[in-house]
Amino acid sequence: MKRIFFRNKFLPYLLIAPQMVVTIIFFLWPAGEAVLQSFQREDAFGLHTTWVGLANYRALFQDPAYIYSLQVTVVFTIGVTALALISALLLALAVDRTTKAGSTYTTLLVWPYAVAPAVVGVLWWFLFNPTIGLMPYLLSLVGYHWDHALKGDDAMILVIISAAWPQVSYNFLFFVAGLKSIPASMREAAAIDGAGPVKRFFTITLPLLSPTTFFLVVVNFVYAMFATFPVIDATTQGGPADATNILVYKVYQDGFVGLNLGSSAAQSVVLLAIVIVLTVIQFRFIERRIEY
Amino acid sequence: MIRTTLVGAMALAASVSMAQAKTTITWWHAMGGELGQKLDQIVADYNKSQDKFKVVATYKGSYPQTMTAAIAAFRAKKQPDIVQVFEVGTGTMMAAKGAVYPVYKLMKDMGEPFDPNGFLKAVVGYYTDSQGNMLSMPFNSSTPIMYYNKDAFKKAGLDPNQPPKTWGELVADSKQIMKSGAAKCGFTSGWISWIQAENFSAWHNQPIGTEDNGFGGLGARLEFGKDKALVKHWANLAEWQKEGIFKYGGPVGGNDAPPMFYSGDCAIYMNSSASRAGVLANTKGKFEVGYGMLPYYADVKGAPQNTIIGGATLWVLRGHDKAHYKGVASFLSYLSSAKVQADWSQFSGYLPITQAAYKLGQEQGFYAKNPGSDVGIKEITLNPPTANSKGLRFGNYVQVRDVIDTQFQKLLAGNETAQQALDNVDTNGNKLIEQFQKANQ
Repeated sequence: MKRIFFRNKFLPYLLIAPQMVVTIIFFLWPAGEAVLQSFQREDAFGLHTTWVGLANYRALFQDPAYIYSLQVTVVFTIGVTALALISALLLALAVDRTTKAGSTYTTLLVWPYAVAPAVVGVLWWFLFNPTIGLMPYLLSLVGYHWDHALKGDDAMILVIISAAWPQVSYNFLFFVAGLKSIPASMREAAAIDGAGPVKRFFTITLPLLSPTTFFLVVVNFVYAMFATFPVIDATTQGGPADATNILVYKVYQDGFVGLNLGSSAAQSVVLLAIVIVLTVIQFRFIERRIEY
Repeated sequence: MIRTTLVGAMALAASVSMAQAKTTITWWHAMGGELGQKLDQIVADYNKSQDKFKVVATYKGSYPQTMTAAIAAFRAKKQPDIVQVFEVGTGTMMAAKGAVYPVYKLMKDMGEPFDPNGFLKAVVGYYTDSQGNMLSMPFNSSTPIMYYNKDAFKKAGLDPNQPPKTWGELVADSKQIMKSGAAKCGFTSGWISWIQAENFSAWHNQPIGTEDNGFGGLGARLEFGKDKALVKHWANLAEWQKEGIFKYGGPVGGNDAPPMFYSGDCAIYMNSSASRAGVLANTKGKFEVGYGMLPYYADVKGAPQNTIIGGATLWVLRGHDKAHYKGVASFLSYLSSAKVQADWSQFSGYLPITQAAYKLGQEQGFYAKNPGSDVGIKEITLNPPTANSKGLRFGNYVQVRDVIDTQFQKLLAGNETAQQALDNVDTNGNKLIEQFQKANQ
């Protein structure tokens, strides 16, 4: 690696200054405010502020609703990641086998990624609307009574599908690229040795795809945990009975709707900690690459 | 040519300086769509009616968004003069003593003629302090009423001009309607928390909390679980839901409820009196709509009492100079004048907030020409409000309503009994109220 030395002592600082300014103003400052607020109890208008130490955190982890929200988030995150990864992989494998129309399929399959998250939510909300939706009608034909307004499991399935759908496109692109980088000769050699398509997939393709897969798992985790607010807001608003009230949505509800700033800030700090852990995992393991 | 240009420029300069001499009053509101256009028109009329002040109305999104925006602006010292806050935000606004300028005080300080007795008791009761002073100016208030499908009633062999009065009648009618195939379900309802809990208790003259439903102070706590009539009603709702008589329309406002009524699936529908315009627009050409008061249980003593209101009021925020408040006082007077109020309420379906506006509407023959438009006002004025039916005032109430929705869903899903659900509303809701009390003491 080539290293560059600057003669002028101040030039490097000057060069990174714009980036630092942006980071400090838009990231560090608000994060600092959140940390500060999480130790305070304050009314909505900011007229009385009292220092309460760890009371907000203590209340949080003693609150069954918060623990429940944590569980919901785990189920939701794993659900979204699994669904988005598996369907993307299947689609990528299919495109990889086509010779002629591959690029056309690829282009078409990327489209959902360009749909705005709120629109995604509204779209699926319409499709699954118990009164006017198409899916409940189809499901009723096979004898299933769909009602995400009341059944927590139905609501969870709805938000998982809605949230995973645009993410499939994203994962798909990475898988297609990953598959292209696997030398065809390896698979051919295995085929000559008598390995069937399933065996080849599990012994050659999947292991060689694992760096891509691992990277995507982390990215999808972060997406499902932090970027799915608009989907939840447009479909279930966290209901029914908090069955889809994931942590990010709870921060919004408690802070912006309920105006309970101290608790909301404490929840943000917990989320901040989760992001830090995920980032560390990504840097330590993915940057080193998993090799077989 | 040069002269005309010069004169023109001078005129322009003069008009600019005149415009600058006007004090600008900012008003943040949550009225979108047609209501927003009507509101803009009212503001434009006011601006034309005098030359000292210019009101600028800005749409800030939903009620919670508008309230949050105003609060954030207050913290940044950029608050509007007037902000529209929905009724469940009342507790929060009232507790913010340094942030709001009570309307009764504003009117007195600015020497604006103001008669609190001219307002409908049931409307202002919600927004007065324990001494009876009006803290905010009612603007758009509504109350839940019952809508029903007259065609379905006819088809089922029921009298289409005889809406059910009691819950017993409602269920009997529903069963007959479903049996005859006139509709698939009996009834649905928007706003479970507002209609099937808060209003239910007021309508049956039962308390839902201590200290006069919170009017007495921050130490008040919820007692939904002690209202035996409500416990029985929720148990019934769960039962009726199983039988298909009642269909749940979802949390908060119940987005799925209106389509069920519009499509003819459910024959009866309870929602805000301000939904009337929407109901008419969406059922036009499909079926005829009838109107009735909310049903009650005949065996509960004191029922029907009177319903309570929902909707929003205008709060004046502190931190501006006197010239602004002069304008605010003048504008609020204009807004509550009989002419403006009658026009606004007739257009929107909100209640006329003053006696004068109601009388004006009667003189104009509006209520005679538009059947059903006065059901709401009849409900809120049915009896003089008691401590149980004046309204409610609890802090963090936006979240408490979420708790009510959550528990209602658990009840319908069969995870809890009605008693358990309402007891949990009290336990979880009181935790939020306690937090609010601590933060505001």
